[in-house]
Amino acid sequence: MTEELHDVRLVVNGTPHEVRVPARRLLSDALRHDLGLTGTHVGCEHGVCGACTILMDGRPVRACLVLAVSAVDTELTTVEGLAEPDGSLSPVQQAFKECHGLQCGFCTPGFLTTVTAGLRDNPTPTHEECRDMVAGNLCRCTGYQNIVKAVERAAEIIGERA
Amino acid sequence: MKPPAFEYVAAESEEQALELKDRYGDDARFLAGGQSLVPLLSMRLASPSTLVDINGLPDLDAVTVASDGVRVGALARHADVLAHVEARRVQPLLAMALAHVAHATIRNRGTTVGSIVHADAAAEMPMVLTLLGGSVEAASVRGTRTIPAPELFLGPLESSLAHDEVATTAFFPALAPGAGVAFDEIARRHGDYALCGVAALVDGDTVRAGFVSVSDVPTVVDLSGVADEDLGEAALAALDPAEDIHASAAYRSQLVRVLTTRVVRAARDHASDRASDRASDRARGTA
Repeated sequence: MTEELHDVRLVVNGTPHEVRVPARRLLSDALRHDLGLTGTHVGCEHGVCGACTILMDGRPVRACLVLAVSAVDTELTTVEGLAEPDGSLSPVQQAFKECHGLQCGFCTPGFLTTVTAGLRDNPTPTHEECRDMVAGNLCRCTGYQNIVKAVERAAEIIGERA
Repeated sequence: MKPPAFEYVAAESEEQALELKDRYGDDARFLAGGQSLVPLLSMRLASPSTLVDINGLPDLDAVTVASDGVRVGALARHADVLAHVEARRVQPLLAMALAHVAHATIRNRGTTVGSIVHADAAAEMPMVLTLLGGSVEAASVRGTRTIPAPELFLGPLESSLAHDEVATTAFFPALAPGAGVAFDEIARRHGDYALCGVAALVDGDTVRAGFVSVSDVPTVVDLSGVADEDLGEAALAALDPAEDIHASAAYRSQLVRVLTTRVVRAARDHASDRASDRASDRARGTA
């Protein structure tokens, strides 16, 4: 039996792409396998770890919990789309670098997208709000302290650059 | 961890979605937020022949607030219900509980109605609907009907929706003027499944509490007239905390004791805060 394929238009980081995928293709796999955008990492594949978090119409979602076919007519932003237009690091990326908010880096794309949206919605978070912002993302290396510091630092950098 | 193959239809109208469900019955599943369904597919715990995606249907994402309560459409995301200021005013328990539903990232996609019909006794919203005496509107090619919450939840992950039905709206009744509500839960991390969660509704002498993760179906216990020091034991008499990898039955029972007392008191405080707010509003109005 050959599986039916669907033509899906995905707009990723401002660029439209046409892909032909089976309905069961997870958005995370469509990004990685069909579009070669391997910055989005796949950890648990059932919505727990947060590594595959991307922005869908600006809101963080788990790419492994969305089917590629149901992502039509949305604007997707992956970690590849976070840097400034001139290629320099975004405030959140800069802060993670400065604060050693990553070690092996596997979970980092999910943290960067989550925090980018989180600080857009709440540019001056309290310490507790910073912790809450990343509560849905797992990191096995850092122990989270430097990630929370990076969130706080990113808020500062956004303020400095404004 | 990849879903099995299925036919996919992006529904273009509610009629088309209902016809497909009528034709395929239990072999067809509706896809709204997918935050429970997609993991079930990936883990191959569900293998429907057809997935009917309702995300493109118009108007189903509405959150409608009236004086009698809040109506939440099948495509309204948890995040949108949580952020709805009028919904929070008419029924404060909605936002109190929604803040504990998964993590913000999941709430951005997951739907409140989907969570309700998923009928997980470890989820907050089925219990909230039951405690408040809410209901669900179900539609099929045969017509529509209203299912009161106590008749909706039959067992773990089992609702009374018929094989050809879809839930289109959940109705959460408004909080009565003199009443108060509160919610609290204990989880390993904020946003994880609760080891135990409790909501309370206090209205005059009536005290009711709803429980998460300590029974097979969303359970509401009438605690009217129970002395504060006996609240926990009275609640436990109606519950069946089970042991799992996250907590022993004894620990869950202890959480029931502690949280029930704490949450009932908080709901009482909420009722008196609302009463004094109203009194000061009236005073301002007549000054």
